[in-house]
Amino acid sequence: MRILCCVKRVPAPGAKINVTADGLAVDAAHLGFTTSPHEECGVEEAVQIAERTGGEVTVLTLGPAEAAEQLRYAASVGAHHGVLIQTDGSAWDPQRTARAMTAAIQSLEADGGVFDLILFGNESADSGGFQVGVRVCHSLGRPIVNGIKGIEIDGPVVRARREIDGGFEVYELDLPAALGVKEGINLPRYPTMRGRLASKKLEINTVELDADAGGQSLVRLHRPAETVSQTVILGDGPEAAPAAVDVLEELGVL
Amino acid sequence: MLLVVLEHDRGALGEPAREALTFGRTLAAKMGVEMHALAIGAGVATEQVAAVSGDHGTARLYTVDHDVLSDFGPEAWGQSLVQVIGELGPGAVLACGSERGNEVMAQAAARLDWPFVANCTDITPPDGGDGQWSMTRIQWGGSLLEDATLAAAGTALLTCGLHSVASAPVEPAPAAAPAVQAVPVDLDAHLARTVVKDRVVLEAGVTLPTAPVVVGGGRGVGSAEGFAPLEELAELLGGRVGCSRAVTNNGWRPHSDQVGQTGTRIAPEIYIASGISGAIQHWVGAMGSKHILAVNIDPEANMVVKANWAVIGDLHQVIPAMNAEIRRRRDRP
Repeated sequence: MRILCCVKRVPAPGAKINVTADGLAVDAAHLGFTTSPHEECGVEEAVQIAERTGGEVTVLTLGPAEAAEQLRYAASVGAHHGVLIQTDGSAWDPQRTARAMTAAIQSLEADGGVFDLILFGNESADSGGFQVGVRVCHSLGRPIVNGIKGIEIDGPVVRARREIDGGFEVYELDLPAALGVKEGINLPRYPTMRGRLASKKLEINTVELDADAGGQSLVRLHRPAETVSQTVILGDGPEAAPAAVDVLEELGVL
Repeated sequence: MLLVVLEHDRGALGEPAREALTFGRTLAAKMGVEMHALAIGAGVATEQVAAVSGDHGTARLYTVDHDVLSDFGPEAWGQSLVQVIGELGPGAVLACGSERGNEVMAQAAARLDWPFVANCTDITPPDGGDGQWSMTRIQWGGSLLEDATLAAAGTALLTCGLHSVASAPVEPAPAAAPAVQAVPVDLDAHLARTVVKDRVVLEAGVTLPTAPVVVGGGRGVGSAEGFAPLEELAELLGGRVGCSRAVTNNGWRPHSDQVGQTGTRIAPEIYIASGISGAIQHWVGAMGSKHILAVNIDPEANMVVKANWAVIGDLHQVIPAMNAEIRRRRDRP
C-alpha cells in the first residue's frame, strides 16, 4: 500500500501561550516545536498499516525549512519518505494551504502512482481551521471522513470508526480514500536510537510551490480574558477532606 | 436571510443545533434579516425539529430528503447544502462548530471553493458593500483567539464554536410554529460512499461529556493502579473518571477518558482535578466545568490557581480521606 500522511509543525505550549508583538503568531522564542497531536497519531497509524500490509509511508508537510524536523521525526518512527512544501513560515489561509497541498499530491501521484490511503489530522492544534483535508480531497475527487479513531484495512476497503456519545459510527470506503484521524486512534511509539540515526539520512524532497490566497485573513491573535478565580484553599492534606466533602454537599452532588 | 444548518441524529435535535440557533438569532439581528433553518436527512421533518427551531427563533424551516440521506454522510450533507444555497441564496450560513457541523461546512465550502471560517465566538457582518465580514474565532482549542476577516463572494460560510453560547429559547415563546418547506435536491448515488454504514453502542448510562461529576487524575496519580481511589470517588458520586494527556501517553488509562483539546470537552457540575498541573491542552477540555476543586501538592499549579476550591496535599491521601468522609456521612443515621 502507498500511504500518505499530512502533518503540521506547531509550537508545543506549556501552561500559557504568548503572542508576538505584531499579533500575527505565537511567540515561540521559548517553546519547542512538535507535530500537531492528531497528526502524530496519523503517522503512527500509517506506519502500523504499512507494517501489516507491506507498504510505504510518505509524510508531507507545508511550512518553513525547520518543518524538516517533523519529517525527520516521522522517519525516526518508521516513515519512508518526506516531502516539504517550503514557505516563509507565515500563516497561510486554509484555501491557499489546500491548493498547494493538492498540487503537491497530484505531482507525487503522477510520479509514483496513486496513494491508496491519505491520512490527515482532524484539525491542527494551532489554527484549527477544520477544512484543509476536506478541500484537498474534494480537489482530488477522493472520499474523506473526519473524526476517525479506528482504521481497519480489508482488501480494497477501509473500515473506519468515529466516536459518538456512548459508542461509534462505522464508515466503509473503497480505496483509494482519505481519513481525518484523531488522537486516541493509537499510542504513538517513541523513536528508537536506530530510528533516530536512520532519520538523519532521510532525503527530504523540498518543493517550492505557491498558491492563490483564499478569502480568510488573520488580523490579530490575542489571549482571551483570564478567568480570574479567587481560589478558596480548603486546607492541607487529608485533614481537609471534610471541608472538601462540605463543598460537594453544598453543590448537591453528594 | 441567515440559514442555520441544524445538527441532528436521525431526526433528534441536540444541544449543538440549539446553540447554533441561539447564536444565529443574534447574528440575524445584526444582519437585519430573518433567521431560517435547514434540516438535512430522511425523515427529519419531525414535530420536534419544527418545535425546537421555532422556539429558538426560526421563522421558516427547510427540509431536504433523499434516498442517499438515510443516515449522516459528510459528502451527501455538504452537497445538499450547496444545492440549498443555490436555491435560496442566503446572506450567510451558520452551523455549530461540532465535529459534524465543521465537517459539513468544509464539504460545502470545498465544493463551492468559497472560504469558510470555523469556530467563531463573535461575528460582525459587512458594514458597507465591500462584503468584508469580521469575526473572532477560536485557536488552540480556545486558549487563544484570532481576529479574522472573511471576504465572501456571496454567502458567508461560518460555524460558531461549540459551547461559545449557552442555548436559550426565545422569550416569550413565538405564537406560531415555523412554516415548513421541502427543498428538492438532486444527489448523485456515489455520495452514499461516505454515509454511516453501521453503529455500535458501547456503553449505556453516564458518559464523560454528560457526567455531572468528573474525577480527574493527572501525572501525579503515578500509575494505572493509582486510579483506584479516584474510581471509588467517581462511583460514590455517580460520576466518571477523566484524565490528562500525560496519563494516556503513559498508557495508564484509555484515550476515551482523556479530557482536553484532543480529548473530551467536559461540562460537569464539579470537576475534581487531582494531580493535574493544568497545561493548556488539558485546561481547554476542562474549562466548561461549572465548578472546579483541585487537589494538588503544588499551590502554584495552574489548575489550583484556576479552581474555585483547592486542597493542598497528596492526592493519594486526600482522595481516600474524602471517600471515607462520604461513607461516614452516608452511614450516619
